[in-house]
Amino acid sequence: MDLSAINPILLLASLMVAATPILLAAIGELVVERAGVLNLGVEGMMITGAVCGFIVAVNTGSPWLGFIGAAIGGALLSVIFGILTQFLLSNQVATGLALTLFGLGLSALMGQGYIGIKAPSFPDWHIPLLGDIPVIGPIIFQHDPMVYLGLAIVAATWAFLKYSRAGLILRAVGENHEAAHALGYHVMRVRMLAIMFGGACAGLGGAYLSLVRVPQWTEGMTAGAGWIALAIVVFASWRPGRLLLGAYLFGGVTVLQLNLQAAGAAIAVEYLSMAPYLATIAVLVIMRAGRAPGSLGQSFHASR
Amino acid sequence: MKINKLLTGATIALGLATGAFADGHEKTKVGFVYVGPVGDGGWTYEHNQGRLAVEEHFGDAVETVFVESVPEGPDAERVMTQMALQGADLIFTTSFGYMDQTINVAGKFPDVKFEHATGYKQADNVSVYSARFYEGRAVQGHIAGHMTESNVIGYIASFPIPEVIRGINSAYLHAKEVNPDVEFKVVWAYTWFDPAKEAEAASVLIEQGADVILQHTDSTAPQAAAQAAGNVVTFGQASDMAEFGPFPRVSSIIDNWSPYYIARTQAVIDGTWESTNTWDGIAPGMVEIGEITEAVPAEVKASAEALIASMEAGEYHPFTGPINKQDGSAWLADGEVADDGTLAGMNFYVEGLSGDIPQ
Repeated sequence: MDLSAINPILLLASLMVAATPILLAAIGELVVERAGVLNLGVEGMMITGAVCGFIVAVNTGSPWLGFIGAAIGGALLSVIFGILTQFLLSNQVATGLALTLFGLGLSALMGQGYIGIKAPSFPDWHIPLLGDIPVIGPIIFQHDPMVYLGLAIVAATWAFLKYSRAGLILRAVGENHEAAHALGYHVMRVRMLAIMFGGACAGLGGAYLSLVRVPQWTEGMTAGAGWIALAIVVFASWRPGRLLLGAYLFGGVTVLQLNLQAAGAAIAVEYLSMAPYLATIAVLVIMRAGRAPGSLGQSFHASR
Repeated sequence: MKINKLLTGATIALGLATGAFADGHEKTKVGFVYVGPVGDGGWTYEHNQGRLAVEEHFGDAVETVFVESVPEGPDAERVMTQMALQGADLIFTTSFGYMDQTINVAGKFPDVKFEHATGYKQADNVSVYSARFYEGRAVQGHIAGHMTESNVIGYIASFPIPEVIRGINSAYLHAKEVNPDVEFKVVWAYTWFDPAKEAEAASVLIEQGADVILQHTDSTAPQAAAQAAGNVVTFGQASDMAEFGPFPRVSSIIDNWSPYYIARTQAVIDGTWESTNTWDGIAPGMVEIGEITEAVPAEVKASAEALIASMEAGEYHPFTGPINKQDGSAWLADGEVADDGTLAGMNFYVEGLSGDIPQ
């Protein structure tokens, strides 16, 4: 074993990149679940975002427009989920799973003509001054802008849920939709907006894979990232701060295990692969505070 | 991760079942079970090209069906059973992990012929077929040994099965032959297809000093990662991946299944189908070497082509002694050629490779 082959600076830097797609998808799902809606279609929205972003970026030549297209694509798909579950009161679990399957199929169809094409390049930002700081510079300040946008969205979500009036209303809707309704809040409107935000974030996460991480379009390229995002939300016990930790833990384990293997370490891959899931279970058992929003997964109708 | 694949597979199987209609069975029906999506640009893509070649060759006489992204495991059995129930006469199961499932389903449908790719379990109605990819790996190793400047070659391996281990050994032996200082870093991805993970594995290997990346996974993501790094050489896997040429992709191994699929379908139509064990290499054309680009120096290209020609003519076997196993014990004596039995079950590294094969 030659652990000196692992450069800790590069390891931490690639950890930030590896965590970004699941971080984006997870923060969107966190808001959706805080509003009391369980959307299991994250994987489907991610892959739809990935293909929408790729198509827009290739046709316009601008990765930024691609990301916008991805957010719109993901949000549009989530609107289907919203209409089915909020207005037609379908079962959220079943509809979410169907959304994943639908998204996988739809993206494969949309991406037919885009296989083997390269995405326009999306250069890293070398932030002046900050990027030149030894050690910390290369780890934190030399990434592409989406890494920072992801962090900004997490911070904004945290502030929104904690301090803003709208955030309080969203949480109230998620904790007890009947009480929120009695107070005169529009449960469905709040939930639809939350669902669309979740879709847009999942779309961004997917596009990060197809435009930055991989960067090209292949069918089924999210390969389960959406499910990991769902696990992270539970791991984080529905709190944005812990969500960041969870995303880095899940993303970090992948990078770390590949690094250890390349360096010839003799730890079985299976142990490292199961580590984040064991951590999730441990968190669920130990941190009793991690209670799910009260109305999570329940349908709401004003007549009741 | 598993759930969605299971569900995808289940839904597709359902869709197929409802889409099936009895048509008097005058056409020969050929089914294909794929491990990845047909658009993966690699392994499954080439199998699908083989299926399309069958359709084109036989026209209306043959009908083909396929199910893509079928997970290796119990779900595969369900998909194969569905195909057999729909009246498929011949079913190609195109991944190593379908081995036991193929044998199980074949036992239940003695009249249906099965063809399992890259496995080693045969039955009266189950043939096995594979390509001698290690011949192609020898060419890759030869070029890689010449091209590397850091003397570190990264290898993205999929699962620790004989087919993959043969590839690593063959590439290593031929890289070492032209460059005694060469070192291999092997990463096991435990997937055939996961672009994000493959990209990550490639970046990790590049970060740790590799300037040539060989891959035994199916997507083109490692090619893109190498391209982003700028000075890293890659090879197309399973499919040509020519869109990444002339650099970083300097050559490739192409699987050409079409002649085999056409011949086997013909055998079913003629009623001459028998359980066989086919293992073809460069000479019969099952393994093709993609164009060696101008990024490779002319003399290296010439020596690589000479190597290809010698294997094509049957004069040279990539596993020709003297070769020792990793622990230093003798495997092949001077001039001795490895037998197919040992190669088919290869579970050891050759001398010089570091690290252990995960069990």
